[in-house]
Amino acid sequence: MLHIVNKSPFMAGALQSCLRVAKAGSTILMIEDGIYGAIDGTAVSGQVKEAMGEISICALSHDLEARGVNGKVLDGITRVDYDGFVDLVTANDGVQSWL
Amino acid sequence: MSDAGATKKFLYINRKAPYGTIYAWESLEVVLIGAAFEQDVSLLFMDDGVYQLVKEMQTKGIGMKNFTATYAALGDYEVNKIYVDKDALSQRGLALDDLQHLIWEDENEDWAEKDSIRLVGRDEIADLLEEQDVIFNF
Repeated sequence: MLHIVNKSPFMAGALQSCLRVAKAGSTILMIEDGIYGAIDGTAVSGQVKEAMGEISICALSHDLEARGVNGKVLDGITRVDYDGFVDLVTANDGVQSWL
Repeated sequence: MSDAGATKKFLYINRKAPYGTIYAWESLEVVLIGAAFEQDVSLLFMDDGVYQLVKEMQTKGIGMKNFTATYAALGDYEVNKIYVDKDALSQRGLALDDLQHLIWEDENEDWAEKDSIRLVGRDEIADLLEEQDVIFNF
């Protein structure tokens, strides 16, 4: 399953809720303000690193660039563009958007 | 400051990230309008609001205007008290160097360039809130 998170982890519980129930082998895609969850050295980066062992974590490159944090992404997180976003949607059986 | 009318202390609190919602941009618009009325203006960036000041944003890919370049113009409008919550920065893996270098020119000191951003902690923020006449929240 593809989980999509578009809220900042510091202002909403969407990423935490997603990490709680996402199964091994699933993918999390961070978009819009959700990409702040992909940054290294934050209050939530430990939690994200822990999940990376079993879950593939991606972040939308355009949203990273727009927010000036493209150089601060955690090692192990895959940057995807809009085409990559579409590929993830078609490659996964279901999509869950954590609004 | 103008002699006409009483000058009030205005504080604009910014707590939202840019682009994901319209709050950050709207706040900046209101600050610029308010600056025309020559009030004693301060800006406070806390929580996700500190992301608004991150430098080197490239917004072409999301098809939105990078409105944050306008923060650099605030000094010209005598908006030069820009407070940033240092705890909000560190929780987000950010430091002062990651933010735009905002300056203003002090006409009383031969237009010397001075930093507009002041890092503050909870006690200073608490005092800042207490001393305002008007607080706007974005």
